[in-house]
Amino acid sequence: MFTPTRRARPFTARAPFGLKLLVGLVLLFLYCPFGIILLYSFTTEETAFTFPPPGLTADWYRVALFDRPDIYPPLLLSIQVALVATFIALILGSLIAFAISRTRFFGREAITFLVILPIALPGIITGISLRSAFGLFGIDFSFWTIVIGHATFCIVVVYNNVVARLRRTAKSQTEASADLGANSLQTLRYILLPVIGTALLAGGMLAFALSFDEVIVTTFTAGQQNTLPIWIYSQLSRPRQRPVTNVVAVFVIAITFIPIFLAQRLTQDTND
Amino acid sequence: MSSAANVIPAVRFENVSRHFDQVRAVDNVSIEIRVGEFFSMLGPSGSGKTTCLRLIAGFEQPTSGKIYLHGTEVGNLPPYERDVNTVFQDYALFPHMTVADNVGYALMIKKVSAPERTRRINEALELVRLPQMANRKPSQLSGGQRQRIALARALVNRPRVLLLDEPLGALDLKLRQEMQIELKEIQKRVGITFVFVTHDQEEALTMSDRIAVFNAGKIEQVGSPAEIYEHPATAFVAGFVGASNLIRDELAQKLTGTASTFSIRPEKIRMMEPGATVPNGWAWVYGTVREVVYLGMFTRFIVTLENGGELTVVRQNLDETSMDVMSNQGRRVQLMWQRAFDRVVDAK
Repeated sequence: MFTPTRRARPFTARAPFGLKLLVGLVLLFLYCPFGIILLYSFTTEETAFTFPPPGLTADWYRVALFDRPDIYPPLLLSIQVALVATFIALILGSLIAFAISRTRFFGREAITFLVILPIALPGIITGISLRSAFGLFGIDFSFWTIVIGHATFCIVVVYNNVVARLRRTAKSQTEASADLGANSLQTLRYILLPVIGTALLAGGMLAFALSFDEVIVTTFTAGQQNTLPIWIYSQLSRPRQRPVTNVVAVFVIAITFIPIFLAQRLTQDTND
Repeated sequence: MSSAANVIPAVRFENVSRHFDQVRAVDNVSIEIRVGEFFSMLGPSGSGKTTCLRLIAGFEQPTSGKIYLHGTEVGNLPPYERDVNTVFQDYALFPHMTVADNVGYALMIKKVSAPERTRRINEALELVRLPQMANRKPSQLSGGQRQRIALARALVNRPRVLLLDEPLGALDLKLRQEMQIELKEIQKRVGITFVFVTHDQEEALTMSDRIAVFNAGKIEQVGSPAEIYEHPATAFVAGFVGASNLIRDELAQKLTGTASTFSIRPEKIRMMEPGATVPNGWAWVYGTVREVVYLGMFTRFIVTLENGGELTVVRQNLDETSMDVMSNQGRRVQLMWQRAFDRVVDAK
């Protein structure tokens, strides 16, 4: 109910010190490991990590770039998988979003739920089910089985972004376009695609980032091939050149952070 | 027969129904809208008027019945193949395009050459008196400006019929009244048939050549504003268009000698001192003023009748101050009106 004393406090009031401290600690807890990974990509120790690092060097970056050709196949595979999975997700995700937001049909709610489910489902469930499905149908593990595994959750982020944008777009705009003489394809080209354009871009970037660092589903669907995150995982047991793993991890963090950061900017800017 | 072309109505509904599941949004409606007229569809929300408009535009398909535009049946033609354009209630301007691109959208789709397009965009912007806004985005416009741009966009193609779905609903009163007059002027200038949906009876009376009054998916009456106001066909029309007293059954029997329900407008009733002489052809009744509502320009009195029931009387405040009119509270009065002004209506 209405309490004058609470209302009297201005909306921009400063947060109490305790709350700020708590927020700071939580952020520290979340981002400290990244800092440590970054730090130890510069350490001079090759086999064990001690704190503080005995010395700092950028030499591991040179090693990763020129002396470790085993990095490149997994890197290339990860990029290819992420691109193809994102492409599939962009098409299927936006088609589902159009269907769900523009039409009413039997089973609509159920389909909405099934589309969103893979992102909430533990990766191990998705992975095991896909693996047994592939086994059942006698499909050999390949580039495409990884792509299918990744597309299951990439579709969700594209769908979510597009459906949210369509929800904010008045139905009367597509009607106005038709009213002014545009057929369905012209309406798609001149009205719908520009309106959902940034949502597609944001959804695509998130999908790329999700795919690029995925481990669990990939281990069940990859067979003999290694994606970059799996390569990193396998390096943990190797005794030599351990900072190189950190260098690669820093690269993965960067390539994941940048699209997510841009995606967030894109979806903010388009609010009127 | 030079007038043959004029006889074919711009829009004709032949027993048109549109059902949504169990709801009969439009229920067996037949209308003819004449070429070049300002035709209003008036009714409360949910009465089917907007669905009728959407049937003309092609956003809805009739469940049964036939729709003709200038003599051609259009039942299943998609909106983009109909020579009508719509001004939407929420304007539906394209947010990612400039005003000029919005207005020129239909021309761009039709692949009209760029110079010709620019000329016609400017012409349309002149028509709505916003020539300087061409390079703005819709988000940079006020509500009234958006409304005009939506109008310019719908008119740029010179459609044969313009559909307007409560286009003034979001504007404030002053702006709305200005736009009513302006819309009417634009309609006269361009000579296009306007089909105007509104729930505001004053708006319909101000602008229309003819009005169709909708209720529960059906048309109650079609006629000129004067006909609708002075000769309401049904109790619903009498009550919805302007204020009206409805007198039924026993009271009607006592006052007029027949039990038919009739309506009498509040401004037609005179409120006199008891015992006033009653001329021939007038009805009269005694009552007590139960409530006085002072409204500035006029005053509304609610009078409890001695025969039971009550009547609303409206009187212009010609010679009286607010103190004078308020002093009528509780007074015994004689109400009388010319029988020529009461109307037997379909009771329902």
